[in-house]
Amino acid sequence: MSTALTAGAAASPMRPATARRRLSRLADQVHQRALGATALLVFLAVGLIVFEVVRGSAPALGTLGWRFLIGTEWDPVADHYGALPYLFGTLVSSALAMVMAVPLGVGTAVYLAELAPPRVGAVVAFVVELLASIPSIVYGIWGLFVLAPFLRSLVEPWLIAHLGFLPLFQGFPFGIGMLNAGIVLAVMVVPTIVSLAREILLAMPGSLREAALALGATRAEGLGVLLDAARPGILGAAILALGRALGETMAVTMVIGNTNRISASLLAPGSTMASVIANEFTEATGQLYLSALTEIALVLFALTVVINALARLLVLWTTGGRRDVAGSA
Amino acid sequence: MHRILRFAALALITVAAAIPAGAQSLTGAGATFPYPIYSKWFDAYHKQTGVSINYQSIGSGAGIQQVKAGTVDFGASDAALSNDRLKELPRRILHFPTVGGAVAMVYNLQGLDKPLQLTPEIITGIYMGQITVWNDKKVAAANPGVTLPPAPVMAVHRSDGSGTTNIFTSYLAAVSGEWKEIIGANTSVSWPSGIGGKGNEGVAGLVRQTPGAIGYVELAYAKQNQLTVAPVRNQAGRFVLPSLASTTAAVEGSAAALARDVRTPIVNAPGPDAYPISGLTFLLVYRDSKDPAKAKTLADFIAWAMRDGQAMVEALDYAKLPDAVIKVNQANLKLLTASGKPVFAGR
Repeated sequence: MSTALTAGAAASPMRPATARRRLSRLADQVHQRALGATALLVFLAVGLIVFEVVRGSAPALGTLGWRFLIGTEWDPVADHYGALPYLFGTLVSSALAMVMAVPLGVGTAVYLAELAPPRVGAVVAFVVELLASIPSIVYGIWGLFVLAPFLRSLVEPWLIAHLGFLPLFQGFPFGIGMLNAGIVLAVMVVPTIVSLAREILLAMPGSLREAALALGATRAEGLGVLLDAARPGILGAAILALGRALGETMAVTMVIGNTNRISASLLAPGSTMASVIANEFTEATGQLYLSALTEIALVLFALTVVINALARLLVLWTTGGRRDVAGSA
Repeated sequence: MHRILRFAALALITVAAAIPAGAQSLTGAGATFPYPIYSKWFDAYHKQTGVSINYQSIGSGAGIQQVKAGTVDFGASDAALSNDRLKELPRRILHFPTVGGAVAMVYNLQGLDKPLQLTPEIITGIYMGQITVWNDKKVAAANPGVTLPPAPVMAVHRSDGSGTTNIFTSYLAAVSGEWKEIIGANTSVSWPSGIGGKGNEGVAGLVRQTPGAIGYVELAYAKQNQLTVAPVRNQAGRFVLPSLASTTAAVEGSAAALARDVRTPIVNAPGPDAYPISGLTFLLVYRDSKDPAKAKTLADFIAWAMRDGQAMVEALDYAKLPDAVIKVNQANLKLLTASGKPVFAGR
């Protein structure tokens, strides 16, 4: 930051400037530094969070070591802590949400941006964005009191009867569990995907469409060209949505069933890293217990960083390093 | 004019006379379960004495952390601190039980001829995952003349750490050696079976929606929401429904043990009317304080809560303490000191 500033100053040699010009340069510098400082604050906040979380989890890191990540037993009474079921739950519930939300979200975005009459598109987009402002506890209540009875009495018995030969759909129709959590998460992240993907598609240059049509492409083929060009941006939208799904706490806690068991079945209850923290932190006593919960936060943080890094790589890889594409957010 | 002045002077004198003895404000933090009665007490106490007490109901565990850090004048916890936990604190702490609470067993079975009756063996069996259908012979033996459906049992527990879970698991540990050995008692435990709902509302919601479900919630919550509550067989062999009276009876039955150590769990208490899944909630106070004014104010408040405060308890669905336990608290108040000097002289 500061090197860029001095380099800029050195590049334009000092001229016998008028007072006014000098003042304006000073104002520029102050402006730039102030904005730089606000950007620095973000780094500072993240740095402090990492510091505090690492400090808080130090006793658990020391006592439990790697066993923490591969252990499956979480027993506060005996002070044994293994976070694997929570890691598993976070990954599976988020993956399930993405499997449902990405096709739905991208499909909606394509319709809104390309096919719907502009006025309809704007109205529907507004409604979709309204979904994003609903508090997560409301989604949780909906999942618990509306979705769960529906899943228990209709969907899950059907799945067990017809697809029960797959380990994915075996067990007891609880209504709450991994499937419910995945659906609730999908509904929660669809607005993120729709609104971002729609903006990206709208920002694609019109020449792309025209060129495709000029070459004799059908409307569907033209859409394919457009989607291909918008892919990095849409991927970015999906990653933002995934970030939300990974960290979502309240709604998931209410509908996932909260057991620390790993099960192949989507109908079985589970737990996520965020939900166990929400469940147990306030009433946790004992140093190792609190520290183990803090370490879960650390693992969640690390997981988010890893997934974001992988996503960046994916974007880079799919674009072959192109940076000229619109919306490479 | 004169009269007003005289009144003001009089008021000033009374206030001035009241001040030097103690501090005018206290802060506390901890348990959420007793929050309604505590805020009622603090409000009433403020009106009577002018002392304002600021209480944050952030959960027992978080409250204990605040006590440990010394950021509050007192803590509150639904679970008494074990010896190991006490060792993590910088100084000695005293427990003052304030009110009692019961944990009600709620269930969802339609079309029973008579209300379901539960025994310690049934409850343990269900939560251990050993009783999986309602027409199990253990359930049938405790419910003669009741046609039990062959429906699967779904055991619901609290997913969040809670004093309710602590009382419930303390009870299971008290009635079952197997439970004590394998699972133990705590605000959160490693459940061998069943599913977890968040909060009383989460458990109640799952039980209400799922035929064949059974769960445990705070008595006040079960009463206010008119859930179907099962009587539980107590130590004396009688089936008792949870109520304020049967909870107080449980505290009464445990009075001798509480006089030795107020931290003793009162689950599975003796006495014909005692409801077995009962518990106490505590204020946590450092035995020796650095601030004599605050220590005195706090001691005065606790003495008031034992005297006048107990009359307000039942209206808010808490069980009041029997006289025997109030006497234990009053004796412990005399142990409170500030820099080595006793702070409480009253009764």
